[in-house]
Parts: sequence; C-alpha cells; structure tokens
Amino acid sequence: MSQWALVALIVAGTVAGDTLQSLEMKRHGEIRFSEGGLGRVVAALALKKYLILAIVCMAISFFAFMTLVSTADLSFAVPASAASFVFDTILARYLLRERVDAKRWVGAALVAGGVALLAL
Amino acid sequence: MQTDERLLWKTRIFLALVIVSQPLGNLFLTLGMKHRVLGSPWDYVAAIFSPHVALGIVLLIIWLLSRMALLSWADLSYVLPLTAIGYIITAVIGSVVLKEQISMSRWSGTLLIVAGTALVGMTESRTSPGVGSIAGESS
Repeated sequence: MSQWALVALIVAGTVAGDTLQSLEMKRHGEIRFSEGGLGRVVAALALKKYLILAIVCMAISFFAFMTLVSTADLSFAVPASAASFVFDTILARYLLRERVDAKRWVGAALVAGGVALLAL
Repeated sequence: MQTDERLLWKTRIFLALVIVSQPLGNLFLTLGMKHRVLGSPWDYVAAIFSPHVALGIVLLIIWLLSRMALLSWADLSYVLPLTAIGYIITAVIGSVVLKEQISMSRWSGTLLIVAGTALVGMTESRTSPGVGSIAGESS
C-alpha cells in the first residue's frame, strides 16, 4: 500500500473515531473523579456502543500508522495525519453541532494547506 | 466562580498530558517499527510485544485516556487545535532523535499546521452547551 493510501486510512479512522468518541462522551457528561472513582467511570463507559465503535475506528487508524512509520519518516507521518483536523472541524460543526467560528475555519484551511505542502 | 477555576486547572493539566504523551508515544512506536517487515498479522503481534513498541503503546494509551477525559467537558473543536502543538515536538524529535532529513516544504507544511492552530488558541474551552441544544444560541 502506498504511503498516501495509508495516510488516507489513518485519517478516515481518526475522524470517525474522534467524532463518535466526542458524541458519546458528551452524552455521558463531564467526568468528575470524586464521584465513585475511576473504576466506576470506566465500567460505565465500557458499555457505550458509540465508544466501542470509536475504539474500533481508532484501532484501524493505529495499525495503519504502525505500518506507515515502518517505512516513512515520523516527521512526515504525523503532520500528514493532521488532515484529520480539517474533516474533524467539518464534522464538529455539522454533526456534533458545535459552534465553529471564522477563526477556526481559517485554522482548518491553514492545516489543509500545510498537509498539501508535505506532498511536494 | 470556584467551579470555573477548578475546571480551568483541570483543563490545563489534562491538556499538558495530552500534548506531551502523544509525540513521545509516536517516537517509541517509530523506533520499534522502523524497517520491520510486515507480511502477516503475526508480524504486527510480534511488533506490539517488542519493548519499544510496547512503551509507545503505553504512552499512547495515556494520551487516549487523558484526551477522552478532556473531551467529556471541552469541545473537540477546542481540544484538537491546542494538542497540535505536538506537531512541533514531533518534528524536533524526528530531526534530532531519529535523524530524519526534513525538507523546507515539510518544515513549512508543519509550521502552517501549527499556525492554523494559533488562530484558535484563545477560545473558551466550552463553546456549545451540549449535543442537540444549540437552538436559540447566538453566534
């Protein structure tokens, strides 16, 4: 598999994982460690289906990343994976319905430009 | 308010943990994976149990858990840009520790990614009241 195909797999897995994870953690609400301890928080979260799906997506992304760094530079692999930030912002706005202001959109555009420079 | 102060410090501590654990995890992962032949799934299993990769994975688990906790009270669109400070740390680690040749376009690309994040660094940690409750929110 080519390096950019691996990057695409990493990005797709990360974006799906991030979005599902944020969706589930917000449904759960703010974690307060004083209430019942870490164990109970972990037990409660282990049963959430979006979270399980998020972990599967992140695992796919992780194995693709492991494969990528076996041949590519770390200083290429990590910033190339930053393309996920652009898609994360889009999904944060339209799926998670977070407010994404102009500054954040410009930021996402700069990241997209940065990833494009890595391709040169 | 006291609650805001508590949340601010909790956010700072978890943010620091999230920023540092990922580049270090990636470093050890790369050290363990470099030039490894990956022909079958067993090669991945063997890789996971090698010392460098295992340490990398432990650091990335710390990253994942601290990030999950952070996401329970802070927006994804706030957390992601700030943790991108890790890209500079990663580039420096790549250059200094892994002796990678980093071209001008790669440095420019990395810095552009970080510049994008600087724009959003001073936003509030919570910008939406929760999923599905944005009706009537002023923007």
